[in-house]
Formats: sequence, structure tokens, C-alpha cells
Amino acid sequence: MKRVQFEHSTIPYLFIAPQIIIIAIFFLWPAAQAVHQSFLLEDAFGLSSQFVWFKNYFDTIGDASWRQAAWFTTVFSVLVTFLSLGIALLLAVKANEVIRGARTYRTTLMWAYAIAPPVAGLMGNLMFHPLIGDLYKFLNAIGWDFNHKLDSFDAGFVVVLIAVWKQVSVNFIFFLSGLQGISKAVNEAAMMDCKSPTRRFWTITFPLLAPTTFFLMVINITYAFFETFGIIDTTTGGAPGGSTNTLVYKVFQDGFRGADLGGSSAQSVVLMLIVLALTVIQFRFIERKVHY
Amino acid sequence: MKKLIIKTILAAGIAAIALPASAKTELQWWHAMGGNLGETVNTIAENYNASQNDYVIIPTYKGGYEDTMTAGIAAFRAKQQPHILQVFDAGAATIINAPGATIPVADLMQEYGQGFNIEDYIEGVRYFYADSDGKMIGMPFNASTPLLYYNKEAFTKAGVANPPATWEEFEAIAPKLKDAGYTALAQSHSPWILSENFHSRHNLQLATGNNGYDSTDVEILYNNDSMKMHWGKMKEWLDDGHYGFYGRAWGDNQDAFVQKKVAMWMGSSGSFGGLKKSTDFEFGTTFLPYWKSVIDEPKGTFIGGAALFAMSGKSDAENKGTADFFSYMTNPDNQVFWHKATGYVPITTAAYDMAKQEGYYSESPDAEVGILQLSQPGGEWTKGYRLGYYVQIREVMYSKFDDIFSGKSSVDEAFAEMTAESNKLLARFAATYK
Repeated sequence: MKRVQFEHSTIPYLFIAPQIIIIAIFFLWPAAQAVHQSFLLEDAFGLSSQFVWFKNYFDTIGDASWRQAAWFTTVFSVLVTFLSLGIALLLAVKANEVIRGARTYRTTLMWAYAIAPPVAGLMGNLMFHPLIGDLYKFLNAIGWDFNHKLDSFDAGFVVVLIAVWKQVSVNFIFFLSGLQGISKAVNEAAMMDCKSPTRRFWTITFPLLAPTTFFLMVINITYAFFETFGIIDTTTGGAPGGSTNTLVYKVFQDGFRGADLGGSSAQSVVLMLIVLALTVIQFRFIERKVHY
Repeated sequence: MKKLIIKTILAAGIAAIALPASAKTELQWWHAMGGNLGETVNTIAENYNASQNDYVIIPTYKGGYEDTMTAGIAAFRAKQQPHILQVFDAGAATIINAPGATIPVADLMQEYGQGFNIEDYIEGVRYFYADSDGKMIGMPFNASTPLLYYNKEAFTKAGVANPPATWEEFEAIAPKLKDAGYTALAQSHSPWILSENFHSRHNLQLATGNNGYDSTDVEILYNNDSMKMHWGKMKEWLDDGHYGFYGRAWGDNQDAFVQKKVAMWMGSSGSFGGLKKSTDFEFGTTFLPYWKSVIDEPKGTFIGGAALFAMSGKSDAENKGTADFFSYMTNPDNQVFWHKATGYVPITTAAYDMAKQEGYYSESPDAEVGILQLSQPGGEWTKGYRLGYYVQIREVMYSKFDDIFSGKSSVDEAFAEMTAESNKLLARFAATYK
């Protein structure tokens, strides 16, 4: 069979050039720099430098606080992803059924979308402030001996709560539009066959939402890994005892505050590899189950 | 029409070229002084600019101490460094051990200025930012020292006459304050106040290699009995309600004092000016308590805060300007102004004498406490410390102190882990900065 070949033209390349250039300058080049830097021991001012092979990587893996951060990042990402997806899905399904005042519900639920993570963190910080925080007082009043400044579970609770709260509205918007994209005819046909709404949801609606869910899962994991930086920085700062330190936050602390360029570069390369591996797993194993 | 446009452009171009020739030399000053302190910095810069015609100093606030240092480092690597960079105590090792990043202030003043005599500076200020030979590298700027602030009303209510001079006395009065409805103590910087200065106050060595001044190949000595005893007590006080821990943020602990939750607060002498404005009660300041069981005669503390470093790679004219500004800033008038406006200590004896003669301390005796504490007799281990990656080491310390407070680790475990992790960081630093 003869393959159909279109004539090559340079115009499409011109169209994608700005994007490619931006990726090259703001992603590829810095990433290459990080890889290069991760093999060096260099003083902060760049006046002396030595090539040390994998020393920075061994130091990273051998560091107890890095391993603690890696563990917390894992737990944190799983919790944030599942909770924010789950809550958003529930809210979207319910909001989709509302007939009266639907707009008000939807707008209110989308409200938090516009809030940047550091701002969400600052708000959380005020609400959980030991001296003036209402939530802090409330939790202690209902008998929970709540102290996120010293208890690592409580601190984890605070950062997960804020991270989930901030992300639910994003997920809600996508789920709602996904639900509205499901044709009425399918729903009505399903109603004739099955009267249990729960069962209809799991057998008809949820599979039809799978592409949306998969997409959201990918962006939520990225969110939990990277964007929650602002929340961690403005609330716990990794405390108590480093128990809410995430990998990104540690890169920042060691590199940007501590001026250890080689060490933090090695950490960021490891982080890059972890995210790469996660992405491959998601697309190879989970996406197979998604039907578009 | 076209000609006119060209002429205009040409004229503008010539004007643009001609302008800098007659302009003053610009000096960039990157600092970490926010809020009230930042305004005072701006005033100093304005006064300096008005005082002479050769230089214009341009202060720029770069965020917190770490942010400012990082900004300076990034700028240096891009060859865009400011003339003057403010670097804080924990970052001193990073900048001083980078060969050639700065011009030592002693050399700068000698070469471009009106000479330099280290003896002009106050005892506790003199050697903190000096190299192992005692040559001053950074010019101490916002020199502060940890002090104990106490709420006089709370003390009256509890029937306690005097603030505690020793921790033994503290233990005696803490229950009385508790009965009066106050938590006895909070503090805002565990590594600085209750580790670094704890060692100075009790004349204890805190790192090998002359507290790190002689070499980068050193180990930390925090895992000693006095430290462990003190931190065991801290945990006891926390459990008994005599110590309030409001997280590690400086402000949250200070707020507890301002809001009268705690009766005493350990913070910086530089907090004095701000507290005067924010409190609605009378407070006093006193020396940092010490353990009578560890030392009979306590030693002085050393300075915290930050110093100004003259960055290298600038022209002679610019260096001359930096030296000129440094001598302006250290003259007694300006030191006294800075001291009064902020509570940071004056760094020269001449400035201290001037403040005394003006009668500042008789009207405001609390303002003198910091400098008196710095002038207390020094010992072998009171001049300071110089430790690499100390920002990260402080991070480790905070984290282990949290573990002690939360009961996750015993004091022994926490200090063993702290020492091991800190020594790993010091070894990394030694391998990087030889």
C-alpha cells in the first residue's frame, strides 16, 4: 500500500516555534543546568568547583530528612489527590441534579478556584493560629487536643485540608462539565433499565467520566507534588520535626535558603525522575482502562 | 518632518550619553530590613545622599535574610552583584569562605577610607564577622543580642519583684506567674538564643576548630550535658505550662508576649523599638538567664543580626564610595540614630559613649541592657562561631527541638541525631569550601 505523504512545509514549524523556544529556555536549559550542577560541589558564589560524580546523589539518599520528606510527599499526594477528586466528584454529581438555584451553587463551589496556593496557606494559617485562630479554638473546644505546631498528625491534617480545599473547586469545574457532556438519552435509557441511582452512577456515569477523571488525576498529582509548595511555605514550613516537608520544599530550603547548589540540584533531578516515572506509569497502566 | 524626528532622537541620545558623565556614582545596597527597620534604612540612605555630592546609595529590600543572601549570590554569579550586601550570622561562613567574593572591610577601609582600627568596635561585636586572624571581613550593621523581656504588670500581679537572673530563679517564679494567669516564658529563636548564645553565656565550646573560625573541617559540639540538661528542662516547663511554644515563627511567639499570654519573652535587643509601639503595658528588659549550676560568673553574649559586605568586582571609584558610606554609617551620630530608632546596639565605643553622654540611658535604661550584656567579660568561647551550611543546621536543630517538645524523641536521641546530621552537613561544606 502506498503511504500518503503530504508535502512538507516549514510553516507549521514556525507556528510551534514560540512554544518550543519557551520550553527550551524555561524548561530544558534549566533542567540541563540542574543535571550538570548535581555532579558538582561548588561554592555558592561559583568561585571554585569540583566534579564529584554521584556524591550529591548518595548524600541525598543518605539524608534522613530527605527520606522523611519523600515519605510525607507520597502520603500527602495520595491523600490530596483522592480526597480532592472524591469530594469534587460528589459535589459535582449533586450540583448537577439541583434544579433550583443551580447557578448559585455552582458559582459558590467554583469560588475558591481563583485563590493562589500561598494565599490559601495564609488564610489557613490565620484560621489555625494558636492565639487567634477560630478553627484552632474550635477543634480544641470539641475535645481534640489539637496542636499542629507540635503534633505531626495535626500538622499533616492542616496542610492536607488546605490543599484539598483549594483543589476541590478546580476538579469540580471539570467534573461538572464532564457530567453535562453525558447525553440525556444515555441517562434516560439507563433509568429504564435500573432504578438504583448508585448503581447507575458506577456503571454508566463514572465510566463515561473516566477521561475527565484520568486527566484530573494527572494534574492533581502534579499539584500535590509541586504547587502545594506555597501552602507548605506559608503554614507549617515543614515543621514539626520536618514531618510536613515535601520534596519540592526541601529543594527550596537547601538550594535557595541554604545555598547548597549541588545538593539541591541532585534532589531536584531525583524529583524529576520520580515524576517522570509516575507519569509513565499513569499513561501506560491506568490510561489503558480509560475509554474515550 | 522626518528630519525633525531624527534630530529629536539624536538630541535625546546625546542627552542620554551625556547624563551619566556628570551623574554621581550609584551604590546598590541590598538589605533584609522590612517594616519599621526598612524605613529607618531608607532614612539613613537619604541622609547620606543629602550629606555629600559624589555618591548615591540606593537601598533595596530583598526579603528575609535568606532571600537577601540568595539574591546576592545569584547576582554575583551573573556578575550583577550589588556593592553592599547584608548577610546574616548563619550565612557568614558561606560568604566569608568563598575566596574573593568580598573585599574584607578592614582592607576596604584601609585602602579607600580613613583607616581602620578594630579596637574602635565594642567587645562583643569585634570578632564575630572576622577571620581566624582577627581581621574584620564584614561590617557589623544590625548588631543585636538576645535579651529577656518581661511584662512588669504580670510580675506585679504575681507578686514577683525582679526578673530572674538565673534559670534556677526562673524555676522558682514560674509557678507564681502561672497562678496569676500567665505562662511564664516564650522565646523566638531556639538555635540563636538557646543554643549558640547559651554556649557563649556559659563559656562552652560549640564546635571544634575554635568554634569553626580556624577551619571548615570541624564538628559540632551541641551534644553536651549542659545543653541536654537545659532542653530536658524546657520540655518539663512545656509540660508544666511554664513554657509556651507557639511554633517556630518569630512573630507568633512575640505576639504571645504582646497579647499578655506569656509574662516573659526572649527575643532580640533589636525588637525593642517595635515592642515599644505594639505593647500596651510596661515591660522591662534584662540579661539572658544562665544556669548557676553550670557557671558562677556568666559571660557575655555575642551579636546576632547581620553585617554589610562589600562585594568584589567593582571599580575603584565605587569601592571608594562603599568605604565612604561605611565610615558615614559608623560615625557616632548615625550609630546613635540607628540605635535609638531600632534598638540594635551601637557598634563602636565612640557611639556608645555618645549615647551615654546624651543621657539616653538614664531616660530609657532598658535600651542599654543589650550593650551591657555584650560588654560583659568575654571568655574563651564568647566571640561567636563560624559554621558552614549553618542555615541547614539550624533547620535540623529546629526539627529536633520539635521532636523533644512533642515527645517523639528523648533529649538524648534528639541531640545524637542533631549532631550526626549537622556533622554530615559540615563535612559537605568542608568538601566544598576547602
